[in-house]
Amino acid sequence: MNTPNPALRESATFDRGVISEIQRAAETGIYDIRGWGAKRKLPHFDDLLFLGASMSRYPLEGYREKCDTDVVLGDRNAKFPLHLDIPITIAGMSFGALSGQAKEALGRGASEVGTSTTTGDGGMTPEERGQSKNLVYQYLPSRYGMNPDDLRKADAIEIVLGQGAKPGGGGMLLGQKITERVAGMRTLPMGVDQRSACRHPDWTGPDDLAIKIIELREITNWEKPIYIKVGATRTYYDVKLAVKAGADVVVVDGMQGGTAATQDVFIEHVGIPTLAAIPQAVQALQELGVHRSVQLIVSGGIRSGADVAKAMALGADAVAIGTAALIALGDNSPRYARQYEELGSAAGFYDDFQAGKDPAGITTQDPELSKNLDPVEGGRRLANYLRVLTMEAQTLARACGKSHLRNLEPEDLVALTVEASAMARVPLAGTTWIPGAL
Amino acid sequence: MAPVATTEATVLNLVTSSTRAVNERLTSPEAPKTVTVTGPQGAHALACGLDSDIDVTIDGHVGYYCAGMNQHATVTVNGNAGVGVAENMMSGKVHVKGDASQSAGATAHGGLLVIDGNAAARCGISMKGVDIVVGGNIGHMSAFMGQAGRLVVLGDAGEALGDSLYEARIYVRGTVASLGADCIKKEMREEHLTELRELLDRAGFDADPSEFTRYGSARKLYNFHVDNASAY
Repeated sequence: MNTPNPALRESATFDRGVISEIQRAAETGIYDIRGWGAKRKLPHFDDLLFLGASMSRYPLEGYREKCDTDVVLGDRNAKFPLHLDIPITIAGMSFGALSGQAKEALGRGASEVGTSTTTGDGGMTPEERGQSKNLVYQYLPSRYGMNPDDLRKADAIEIVLGQGAKPGGGGMLLGQKITERVAGMRTLPMGVDQRSACRHPDWTGPDDLAIKIIELREITNWEKPIYIKVGATRTYYDVKLAVKAGADVVVVDGMQGGTAATQDVFIEHVGIPTLAAIPQAVQALQELGVHRSVQLIVSGGIRSGADVAKAMALGADAVAIGTAALIALGDNSPRYARQYEELGSAAGFYDDFQAGKDPAGITTQDPELSKNLDPVEGGRRLANYLRVLTMEAQTLARACGKSHLRNLEPEDLVALTVEASAMARVPLAGTTWIPGAL
Repeated sequence: MAPVATTEATVLNLVTSSTRAVNERLTSPEAPKTVTVTGPQGAHALACGLDSDIDVTIDGHVGYYCAGMNQHATVTVNGNAGVGVAENMMSGKVHVKGDASQSAGATAHGGLLVIDGNAAARCGISMKGVDIVVGGNIGHMSAFMGQAGRLVVLGDAGEALGDSLYEARIYVRGTVASLGADCIKKEMREEHLTELRELLDRAGFDADPSEFTRYGSARKLYNFHVDNASAY
């Protein structure tokens, strides 16, 4: 970073970002609210490497020998579990946070490659249901738009207890995005700040949740898989309790998970990295004897086929993407560089999702801006991206000698750093050492 | 499916049948119009997800989430109800002749919930359009984050009534231990007396609307303003 005078020395404690935030806080009297996920550097999948096959393992021929990718989710109790062609799903993002066009595009893209998409904290829209072959309906603390008809239209139900960007925090959709349609779906006045509850109103713990799950199963004739989504924090305990409560699928959302709008201090300072959460979740499932029969979906910063493969090697059955899906649709595209600059940001940096002024037409309710996203084109871009993720993961799996992505295992991985080694519970590269292992 | 014990096709006995079997019967297209459920023994999730104008009477105490997400049906509980009775009800009527545990009518979008006795904490929490009439008292944090609908209490209300209220309206005849954030006492105008009279009549209570006090949102927390920060 250039300074006006080379002799000037920037404080590591009070760098320009910190100074700017103090000045902003003093001026406005409110914490910084933004979208996206954690921006600080965290131990991540990049800190792991695959051990491709050589002598002790036997690789498969790329693009010639089959490497399957399908996954079945929720076959423990539900009459109709989800059969997905690829183990990469679309995470819950609300209509309200996203435009109708964006939700439609997500449905189109996901359906094209045989995977699922997920509603969010705003109810189910006809566009989304219409375009999503497999739609997971989120059952959230706010219960905005919750009704039994939509529950029955869903292919699975995801009970949301937490989100990686803000475990323990509720939703936040600021008044500038609350149009007549959004307000109507949420039974609230237009223009008010919609602060969704951080906890479910009619149960207070895992014992209650077990009964709530039975109620949801009764209402939907025991047909739908029940997911439970938690923000990654005390993951080992949360996953155990979720299974005990009756979850068919557990979704663990790591700290790198995105959000439409939340306090920056929350995004950056609550939760644990995705990498650290997976082994905890897998250990909990293994100790209960349900690993693979209660499926694990991992989300929070998944970007590439390598991330997908590594998450699965650590024990996930599938992953979910949110922020990456929005980028695939066109979020932060250089195409809108001028408009981002006019908003005081830049392509690649834009995170003011709460403002509703997204020139890409994705995180907005402005009808004119929304037109900038063609749902058909967006869906095609998302499908392309999902195909690339899948092919990348297959390539890595074949190199490890695996004929199915689910056959990847921790033994296929090593860590580059001590931190990643300890969190992921795989050896530091070139050693047999896993910090903390017995 | 476990066999369902019936007499004249209108009595379902939970001593000899499972909740699943009874619920399946109640929600089937061939369900009788009038049904009595006996021996509930505190069963959870009983008569939930009903979606027709069926009339169900439950003779005894029920557990959690009785009549949850009800649409169109009339459900009468001749006993007490556990947590979350009529939660997320969309339409129809649920009548608890005894007392109700916490979160009665939680997040309910429509219909009428009548509780002859007392309701525990968080009655009408996050209500979204339902009408709730309670003959006795209600516990603390009732109507917390209530968005729409009406809550009528013939007895007393516990602490933090209507905390973080949106547009739900509250009428209390007795005392209120304390009001929650952004909840204030409001004037009882003629239209409110009329509205309350109609609600009391529908619920079957003989009470004088003029004895009630109306509470609602001060709307100071609708959009953040630093000068209201202490109210949060």
